[in-house]
Amino acid sequence: MTLLRQTYLLLGKDLLLELRRRDSVLTMFFFGTLLLFVFHFAFDLPPDKIAELAPALLWLAFLFTGTLGLAQLFQAERDNHCLDALLLSPLDRGALFLAKTGLNFVLMFVVELVVIPLFWVLFNLSAWNLLPRLFLVTLLGTLGFCVLGTITAAITLRARARELLLPLVLFPLMIPVILATIRCMESIMRTGAMTEAMPWLRLLIGFDVIFLTIGILIFDWVIES
Amino acid sequence: MAQPTAAVKKRKGILGGAALLAITAGLCWSLVIAPPDGYQGEVQRIMYLHLPSILTAYLSYFLVFIGSGMYLWKREKKDDLLAHAAAELGVLFTALTIVEGSIWGKPTWGVWWTWDARLTLTAILLLIYAGYLMLRSLIDDEQRAASAAAILGIIGFLDIPLIHMSVYWWRTLHQPPSILRPDKKPWETVHPAMLTALAVSFVGFLLLYFYLLSLRYRVGEMRQEIKALRLERGA
Repeated sequence: MTLLRQTYLLLGKDLLLELRRRDSVLTMFFFGTLLLFVFHFAFDLPPDKIAELAPALLWLAFLFTGTLGLAQLFQAERDNHCLDALLLSPLDRGALFLAKTGLNFVLMFVVELVVIPLFWVLFNLSAWNLLPRLFLVTLLGTLGFCVLGTITAAITLRARARELLLPLVLFPLMIPVILATIRCMESIMRTGAMTEAMPWLRLLIGFDVIFLTIGILIFDWVIES
Repeated sequence: MAQPTAAVKKRKGILGGAALLAITAGLCWSLVIAPPDGYQGEVQRIMYLHLPSILTAYLSYFLVFIGSGMYLWKREKKDDLLAHAAAELGVLFTALTIVEGSIWGKPTWGVWWTWDARLTLTAILLLIYAGYLMLRSLIDDEQRAASAAAILGIIGFLDIPLIHMSVYWWRTLHQPPSILRPDKKPWETVHPAMLTALAVSFVGFLLLYFYLLSLRYRVGEMRQEIKALRLERGA
């Protein structure tokens, strides 16, 4: 119980900070939107191909914006040596992991909640009824991204050129999430049903559960000073 | 850390000699004694190097995992040195596997590279452990580098089955395995000389691997010694 309570307090603190400054969420949102435009110019998307390519394009945008968020994730703690203070307090490190994962998850998911409909508007897609299912897949994929992302952000925290190193370490590990989310969304958009997407969805849930557990267990070692 | 004794040096020499011998024997077997493949002809002989290299690479990643876990648990420098040495060799043997596969793929499939599941998985492994080595080299504080690398060594290894599964669902074109088939015993489908060649070659690779590992491990130890000496002399 203490774990959840500590997580709640830490996450509340981070969200309050973000609410007051709105640094990350705004940059992430504008960057995500910008990427949609860049993709449009790069591919010169023909209207009949857009539905097919939408999952891949959206997830590319989410990967990049998510990485942007991760690079900022421990910024507040780094700047004023708050990390040391946090580590000195009688705090379960698992709670710190959950709170940081939660923060990046909330930021990313808020951005996605806006960017996906925006994609539909910008590219004239008509299948609005599929959005709830796509949001579900995005939710699970984003969770997986944030779980592993938080661990990698923490281990690259003290590296030189850490903003460059982070995606280098993270992206190969993210392959299951990238494949599963894109295949899932693609089959939902093609068939309009969940049946074909189920194996991928299960893989995604498995990934989330496995790395969430590992993260809570090993964060002690990840964050030590 | 003490200087290696004469006995240790001798053991290493014997290991190196045995590796050389076994690799030579493996080459003789695979290039001369084993018959050419019924369908693929002479090109197939690269398999006698290809399969041992990838198995050795996997062994290496397993050692990275073990070394990383042990380091986090016991905090002994030797486990970290082992993990580091194994990661470097793993990257080397994975790269070797990909190069051999390409050389085989061009005449057989007509392309150097294709996005088949097993190829993709191997390439991803290379990227993960190249990232591991980058991470190590970019953290100045030695203990932090060791801990961070150990975490990555663990989550990277645990991620392999998931990557494996996802990439396999995505596509498969690679040769179905002809040695480890569930329906038939290997000696029923493969010429015995081929199996012997493969086995000898594999033993050669293993010996070579452990020889290189002991050398690379010693390099790590020597770096530690130099650092300790510098501190001692105040340089």
